[in-house]
Amino acid sequence: MLSTAWILLNKDLLLEWRTRARLNALVFFALATLLLFSFALGPDSTLLARHAGGYLWLALLFASVLSLGESFRVEQENQCLDGLRLVPTDARALFLSKAVGNTLLLLFLALVLLPVMIALYGVTLSLSPLSLLGVLALGCMAISAPGTVYSAIANHARARDVLLPLLLFPLIVPALLAAVKATTLVLQGDPMGQLTSWVGLLSAFNLIYWGLGLALFPRVVED
Amino acid sequence: MEDKRRSLRLGLAVLGVVTLGVGAWMGLFWAPPDREMGDVYRIIYVHVPAMWMSLIACLVNFIASVGYLFKASWKTDSLAESTAEVGLLFGVFGLVLGMLWGKPTWGVYWDWDPRLTSMAVMLVAYMGYLALRRFIEDPEKRAVWSAVLGIIAFMDIPIVWYSVRWWRSLHQVQSTPQTVHPDMTLALRVNAFAFLFLFLAFVWSRYRIAQANRLEELALPDSLPDAAADGGLTRTT
Repeated sequence: MLSTAWILLNKDLLLEWRTRARLNALVFFALATLLLFSFALGPDSTLLARHAGGYLWLALLFASVLSLGESFRVEQENQCLDGLRLVPTDARALFLSKAVGNTLLLLFLALVLLPVMIALYGVTLSLSPLSLLGVLALGCMAISAPGTVYSAIANHARARDVLLPLLLFPLIVPALLAAVKATTLVLQGDPMGQLTSWVGLLSAFNLIYWGLGLALFPRVVED
Repeated sequence: MEDKRRSLRLGLAVLGVVTLGVGAWMGLFWAPPDREMGDVYRIIYVHVPAMWMSLIACLVNFIASVGYLFKASWKTDSLAESTAEVGLLFGVFGLVLGMLWGKPTWGVYWDWDPRLTSMAVMLVAYMGYLALRRFIEDPEKRAVWSAVLGIIAFMDIPIVWYSVRWWRSLHQVQSTPQTVHPDMTLALRVNAFAFLFLFLAFVWSRYRIAQANRLEELALPDSLPDAAADGGLTRTT
């Protein structure tokens, strides 16, 4: 199953690399969102610096809706998904490859946004960059696992562009809350030692939804 | 048989309305006023039962969803559809009542308290569930996907609750029968049973509608003369 997932992941990443226009559009969309937050709040730099973690995650979440929606739309061309299902392999490999691919894409996006956010909002990093990277990775994983299942479902429904955020946003609330809190703590320092409990919550969310995704995804794509 | 069920359903609704009348009288006139909140507290006689029914509906929806994935049946699918809709109705009702109570007690309609927030998030999640059901035409796919969605959404409720509780808390700790006047407990129980009867009557009626819809959807391709136009490919049964 893992080797199949690896092959599928390579295919998706190659596809993403060869159609770089989509990736570029995604990056610029997220950058524009970050920029818009500073306009919406006025030039109050202390306010912006204090809420920087929240804006970063909102920009990522909005961009994720676009990238998640794309991840199954590309499979619809020439009935790719039907083709993949005909191959005698585990449907869970498909979930793993898509979810890991979406995580990597979001993480890449987060790493591009990070320096822009630091410059734009005047943020300083209090804890080690490594812990920030960990929080970003966990948060991207938390968006990707339920997002992949929902995007596979919404892809076949009418009004799929409205449906995906409608389904995903309420579900993602605890993960968003934990990711924003943890990011803010990493940026501004953690005198009360709260970081571990938020990271714990984020990890628990990941564990539950990656498990549920693996268990339920075969039923989603079956015919 | 159908006649018997019909009268049973009607009886359940009538019983619910009568009990609700008795419960309203008990809650408004018979039960003593609260020591601190005075008469404002009396909204709990409708607010609390409504929230209970909404939670029961979510639990039944979850069980029906799991049941459908183990053994596909239109019955569990219709049950899931009806409980989601009735649960949303009771939940929104309870939430609005809670906000009305919050204004004189807390001074604000809305506060980011764990119960309030988790309830609101849960209701939005079930709105999404019902929207998904509307947006998929194939009844079998709709049943499978909404079952998956029902399971995922239900698992989220405790996580949301814990996360928001860490975030902040204001909601008063719920009372137990030991901490309130016995008359209040009795009045609340009567109202809870009234809501339960009405809830069962609603779910049952909605279930019948859902079953009738399934029958109609499944019968459509054969009965329509132009069903052959798409080669009968879009529906598989």
